[in-house]
Amino acid sequence: MLANYLKLALAVLRRRKFFTFVSLFGISFTLAVLLVVTALLDSIVNGYPPETNLERTLGVRDMVMMSPDGKNTWQGPAGYGLLDKYVRTLPSAEKVSILSAEAYWVAAYKNGSKFDVGFKYTDGEFWQILDFQFLEGAAFTADDEKNANFVAVISKSLRERYFGEANAVGKTIEIDGQRFRVVGVVPDVPVYRFTPFADIWVPISTSKSTTYKNELMGGFQAIILAKNAGDFPAIKAEFREALKHAQFPDPKEYNQLYGGADTVLESIARMMFQAPEFDTHVERLVAIFFTLMLLFMLLPAINLVNLNVSRIMERASEIGVRKAFGASRVTLVGQFVTENLVLTLCGGLIGFILSIAVLHFLNTVQIIPYGKGDFHINGRIFFYGMCIITFFGLFSGVYPAWKMSRLNPVQALKGGV
Amino acid sequence: MIQLEHIEKVYRTDSLETVALSNINVAVQQGEFVSIMGPSGSGKSTLLNMLGLLDEPTAGTIALHGKPLQSFRDKELAQVRNREIGFIFQSFHLISDLRVVDNVEIPLLYRKGLSGSERRKLALEALDAVGLTSRTKHFPTQLSGGQQQRVAIARAIVGKPSLLLADEPTGNLDSAMSEEIMSILHELNQKRGTTIAMVTHDERLATQTDRTIRIFDGRQVQ
Repeated sequence: MLANYLKLALAVLRRRKFFTFVSLFGISFTLAVLLVVTALLDSIVNGYPPETNLERTLGVRDMVMMSPDGKNTWQGPAGYGLLDKYVRTLPSAEKVSILSAEAYWVAAYKNGSKFDVGFKYTDGEFWQILDFQFLEGAAFTADDEKNANFVAVISKSLRERYFGEANAVGKTIEIDGQRFRVVGVVPDVPVYRFTPFADIWVPISTSKSTTYKNELMGGFQAIILAKNAGDFPAIKAEFREALKHAQFPDPKEYNQLYGGADTVLESIARMMFQAPEFDTHVERLVAIFFTLMLLFMLLPAINLVNLNVSRIMERASEIGVRKAFGASRVTLVGQFVTENLVLTLCGGLIGFILSIAVLHFLNTVQIIPYGKGDFHINGRIFFYGMCIITFFGLFSGVYPAWKMSRLNPVQALKGGV
Repeated sequence: MIQLEHIEKVYRTDSLETVALSNINVAVQQGEFVSIMGPSGSGKSTLLNMLGLLDEPTAGTIALHGKPLQSFRDKELAQVRNREIGFIFQSFHLISDLRVVDNVEIPLLYRKGLSGSERRKLALEALDAVGLTSRTKHFPTQLSGGQQQRVAIARAIVGKPSLLLADEPTGNLDSAMSEEIMSILHELNQKRGTTIAMVTHDERLATQTDRTIRIFDGRQVQ
C-alpha cells in the first residue's frame, strides 16, 4: 500500500510543477534557516574542542549583589575574591578554574603596526579542565600562577602574526606593556566560545594590580568540573549555601549575593532575563526558542495547508473512487499525510543541502573570527532536522487530509466538494 | 441479496427541501442482472448510490444478505463496500497518475492480508478477464474510452464482489464499444454469477437485462 501511495505522491508532485515548486521552496528555505541556526547554537552550547568536558562543566559568571533594603543592586561578573573563597572550595567539585569574565581586547605591536589581541587571565587548572591540543610547547602550570611567572600560551593566529612561520615557544611577546615568555601554542578558538576564547592566556597573578584578590564583584568567572553531570545538583546547592554565608566588606552597603553555578544554557538564560534569583529561567528560554521556531515554521506550513486544501477539488474524483472501493476515512487520512510527508521529505532534503552549503560558506569566509570550519551538520542536528520535517509534514498535512477524508463520496464522484 | 425497504431520501437546505427518493422498495436477488431506468433527475443514480452504500437514506432500511446496515460505522461500511460491491462509473473515474494495473489494484489496497505480489496477480487476472493484458503498463489517458471502461470493469471485479453496480457504463461510449462493454457485463453475470444493477437511459440495453426498475420523480413506478 505504501508503495502505491509513494508512486501516486511522486506522480502528483511531477504533474503539479508550480505547486511543487512553491511548496518545496517554502519547506526547504524554512528548514535551511532553522538548521543553520541550530548548527550555530549547537556549536556554542555543546561540547566541541576545547570544551569537550562541557557536559560535566558548570560556570559561575554573572552575580547580583544587593543592599539590605534591596534597592541597590550590583549586577555583573563575579570577583576573584568571591570565586576563590566560595567556589574553589566547593566539596563536590573535581576541579575549579578562575579566569577573566571575557577576553579583553588589548593592543599589540609588531614591526610598527598595531593590532588587537584577545587577552585573558587564567590559572593552571584552566588547562586541565579544557582540552587544548598544543601545537607547540605546553600549558603554564599552577606554580607559574603561584609565582607570577610572566609566561603565556598563545593562539596559532597570534603566533603567525607575531613570529611568522617560526616556532614561538621560548620567545618573548609584548602585550599591553608587559613582556611574556611563550610556553605553548594552541589552535585558534572561535570567538563565540566565550569561556576559552582568547589570543593570549597569561597567569592571573601577572595582573598589574593585586586589588582583584579580595573583590566580591568584577571581572572574573569560574568553571567547575564535576565528576559527572549527576553531581551538578550538589555543586549548585553547595554554592547557594556558600553564598548565604558570604562575608561582605561593608554589610550596610551590600549584604546579599545571588547567582548560580550554571550550564551554558542556564548562563545564557540568566544573562537574557537578568535573573537576580537563583532560578535561571532556562525553561522560559527554551520555550521562547521553540515558540520562535514554531512561528517561523507557521507561515510556510499555513501556506502548504492552504495549497493542500485547494487541491481537494482537483482530487475529489480520486477520493470518491477510493471511498467507493473501501477506503475508510482513517485510511485516506493516512494516504494524504503520507503524500505530504513525501513532499516535505523532498523539501527537507533540499533544505539539508542548502544548509550544508550555507554552513560551508560560513566556514570558508571568516565572518566570525576564528570560526573557520567549526559549523557542520552532525547526527544530532540531522535528528533535529528530521523532527522539524516530520512536524512540518504532519502539521501541514493532517488538517487537509482530514478535510479530504470527510468528503461525501457521491459529491466527490461528481467532482464537487 | 440486497434489499431496500421504504427508502426516503430528502435533500434539505435552509429554504428548500428536495425529495430525491420516496418510498422505494427494491430487492435484488443473487445472480440477477437488473437495470434501473428513468429520466434525468428522476433519482435513479441516488437509488444506485443507496444500493452501493455510498449514501445514507433519510428513512428506510438497507439490508445486505439479510443483515441491516443502518448501525454500521464508516469503517464497517467501507469494509462491506470493499468485499461485496464493485462500482463502474459513466466517466470511468480512473486515476490518471497511476498505470492501468495500479488503478485496478486500488480495491485490493484496502483488503487486509494480501501481499503486493498477490495484489498484482489478481489485478492482472482481472485485466485478462476484460481483454486488456497488453495495456497493463499504460496510463489511462493513453487508452480509448472503451478501453478505459474495461479497466474500470477490471477494477470493479478484481476483489470478486458479489454485487456490481454500474452507473450508465456505456453513457460515454459509441454503440460498438457499448456492445463490447455489455457483453463483458453479461459474461460476468452468466459465467461468474455476479449480481449486477445497472442504471441506463438506453431502453435497448435495459431489454437485455433480467428486469427493469423504473423511477419517475423519485418514485418507483415499476
